[in-house]
Amino acid sequence: MSVNLSKGQAISLEKKDGATLTAVRMGLGWQAAKRRGLFGSRTREIDLDASAVLFADGQPTDVVFFRHLVSDDGSVRHTGDNLVGGVGQGGDDEAILVDLQRVPVHVDQIVFTVNSFTGQTFQEVQNAFCRLVDETNGQELARYTLAGGGEYTAQIMAKVHRAGASWTMTAIGAPANGRTFQDLMPAILPHL
Amino acid sequence: MAAELVRGQNHPLSQDRLEIRISAGVPVVAGVALGDEHGTVHGREWVAHPGAPALSGVEVPRHAAAEHRVTVDLTGLPAAVHRVDVFLALPTGTAGPLRFGAVPAPHTAVCGLDGAEQVSYTVTGLNAESAVIALELYRRQGAWKVRAMGQGYADGLPALLADQGLHDTADDLATVIYEAAAHDPHHTAPVPPGEPSPRTATASATQPVPGRRAPSAPQTAQTASGPEQPSAPRTPTSPHTSPGSQAASAPPAASASEEISASGPAEPARPHGPQSPDGDGGSGLRHPAGPVDYTHPRRTRVTPSPPPPPVPSDADGQPARPVAGDAVGWSLEERLYNQIWGMFEDLARTTAAYRSAVEFADSRLEKELDQALADPRARLGGAVDAAREAALARRTQLADQARAALDRDLAQLTAEAEVVEPALPPAYARWDNPVWHAHRAPSEPPMALRLGDLHLPESVPLRIPLLVRMPLERGLWIDSGPAAAFDDPGPDSAEVRHLAVEVAVAVAARLLAVHPPGAFAVQVVDAAGAGARALLPLTQAGVLAAPPATGAAGVSQMLERLTRRVDLVQMALRNGAAEALPADVDTAQQLLIVNDFPHGFDERSVTRLRYLADEGPAVGVHLLLVADREDAAAYGPLLDPLWRSLLRLTPLPDDHLADPWIGHAWTYESSLVPAGSGILQEVLAEVVKARAKHW
Repeated sequence: MSVNLSKGQAISLEKKDGATLTAVRMGLGWQAAKRRGLFGSRTREIDLDASAVLFADGQPTDVVFFRHLVSDDGSVRHTGDNLVGGVGQGGDDEAILVDLQRVPVHVDQIVFTVNSFTGQTFQEVQNAFCRLVDETNGQELARYTLAGGGEYTAQIMAKVHRAGASWTMTAIGAPANGRTFQDLMPAILPHL
Repeated sequence: MAAELVRGQNHPLSQDRLEIRISAGVPVVAGVALGDEHGTVHGREWVAHPGAPALSGVEVPRHAAAEHRVTVDLTGLPAAVHRVDVFLALPTGTAGPLRFGAVPAPHTAVCGLDGAEQVSYTVTGLNAESAVIALELYRRQGAWKVRAMGQGYADGLPALLADQGLHDTADDLATVIYEAAAHDPHHTAPVPPGEPSPRTATASATQPVPGRRAPSAPQTAQTASGPEQPSAPRTPTSPHTSPGSQAASAPPAASASEEISASGPAEPARPHGPQSPDGDGGSGLRHPAGPVDYTHPRRTRVTPSPPPPPVPSDADGQPARPVAGDAVGWSLEERLYNQIWGMFEDLARTTAAYRSAVEFADSRLEKELDQALADPRARLGGAVDAAREAALARRTQLADQARAALDRDLAQLTAEAEVVEPALPPAYARWDNPVWHAHRAPSEPPMALRLGDLHLPESVPLRIPLLVRMPLERGLWIDSGPAAAFDDPGPDSAEVRHLAVEVAVAVAARLLAVHPPGAFAVQVVDAAGAGARALLPLTQAGVLAAPPATGAAGVSQMLERLTRRVDLVQMALRNGAAEALPADVDTAQQLLIVNDFPHGFDERSVTRLRYLADEGPAVGVHLLLVADREDAAAYGPLLDPLWRSLLRLTPLPDDHLADPWIGHAWTYESSLVPAGSGILQEVLAEVVKARAKHW
């Protein structure tokens, strides 16, 4: 049973039976909004990019995005860049896999962001969602829908952070502007 | 295609009705124990054995035989049964050997009803055991899978049965089984694997069947002379119950010399290194009283060695025990290659995690110390000291955590390396690997080649083989220049040069040995004859196509010949007319070893060499340069592209190789023959022999 997160809501990634999650996937899916009017069949291609930034004590130590698909330590992996978004609904267009057990000990937060590389705002995006999946069994843990897209080109989606021995996920959902994660750094820092 | 399992590996089963074929070099007793979901066998009626050959869904042969067929109908098994353990035991009460170490390794195959082999497993690495659980079929989430077990018991069947949960009746039952197996004295001859079904053979089938050739010749010869007999009677009322109807051969007598006294009989199972396939004629390399070759005699390729200590099974949830070949790939060679590269990447990444954590801890310590000192008021009194203490403690704690994570990963990788290293085929193996003994020329070129070992300072005992894909895409450059360390005198330059040529010889010998006979040739240019001593193994064995070229004339002649070959082959390939090549063009791959470059090279030869380095690899001409870059300094930047195009190796350990993921500086160590070992000569002699046979 997945939880529909609202902004700022936190869920613990500890399982009911006490075991902690070992691997999670942050999936991002979207569709380009249909254009109205003449040539309406021509959908505009929208390139959204999922990125993950690893922080240690508030300092970024590593980043996983479409130019650096695996974090140096191998614990965070990006499945690859999708330039156009999903044609259908439901599936992840981009995904970032996090092997929580192998995350280096000094990394205490991982922030997931979504940027519009092509510069369209989220108004032109349909059915965009971000979800967190337990990679070991494919169960969806949390889903966050980018409802009511506004005049912004990026969103800081969520973060997973250490809470004692286990990890917790917090939905952030803060809008921002920027082409890649670098532009978002100032916007990310308040959420750490 | 049948999957070749290694110990511990599992494989899904697609059919319900299975036939498990077992072939051992000597008569063995086969049985099946049925277990519940915990693997417990509830009483002796859960065991199918020669005394009670048929249970619901399972049928086993009723005699000891060298070849067995056990039929299993998975749908016919009781619902409570979750595990089906197929065990083998050597019969007692005969003069036969009482340890699997003294007989050829039993081979098991799981076949469908159509006879198609799904899975096969050779139970290697047995020593003092006289009973072994070969295979386990088990039910997991409603589907059946098979796992290669190879769990041996030195104390024989009683110990095996007791371990299955039959503590009280194990001894009794074992006696019953041994007796029942010995009850029918006639021995079953091996059934040729190609035969459609044993049940079609009638009881009167008496024609002798040629036995498999196994290392223990006297035993097999006797076994093979026995009459053929169906080994899987369908019903208990089989016509073969009359004992002594064919008072055929007595149980084979094991010659006393077959026994190896090196280990006590009660010693637990210990895996041996991989033995290479034994040729029919018995090799001169094998010591007469040496360990028995456990590999399957019919298989020409090197088998993986079994992983270390036999653990019954890996329960879910526990970290899986590493298994050699645990990676994707079409062949075992490819799987091992991918596994090693996977280990390489994992080590690179896990070290990166450690380094970044320690670096972070250090920078945080510095920042905190700065902060503590920044406040002038705090400098008085113990506040600074306390802050410093706290900061140091925090640094130590984080570094310790990082170290613990690194140690955990290193332990896993080390365990994996311990399994993988002995399983490597010659092209990947170290020179001290037993696989080199009794090495035979392969029939296929290798997929990759080991050039040496890599390690990082954090992981000193753990060595990752440096494997490069074949055919080589770049030439190799063995740097005979002085060692990089300035303050460390190290070996003098003459010694380094000698060592560099030795490395080149080891690489050349490996290339020759792992290619099919005649498919690889080595040429040597040694203009001044400076490397003659180190080149002795190659020149003495006679593996070179021609003696090393010396002098400027020799150099230029050799390069001209190879350039012509490159030109002609290129032309032929471009026009698709490979058969139009002149007869004197050797189509084998060529390795050109150039010692002491640029000694003896004029401008023209240097240009030719550069041409070979650029154009050669695509048409099978590879360069191995042994040179000190300083010697060629006179050429200025002209040769820079040449040096850059070659993969630099060093005769002495040196950290100059970067991995493709993080870019750590890895220390490279060349793969040299252990001092005092004659393995290089042996292998090269074998190359010459194989080549003589080939031509």
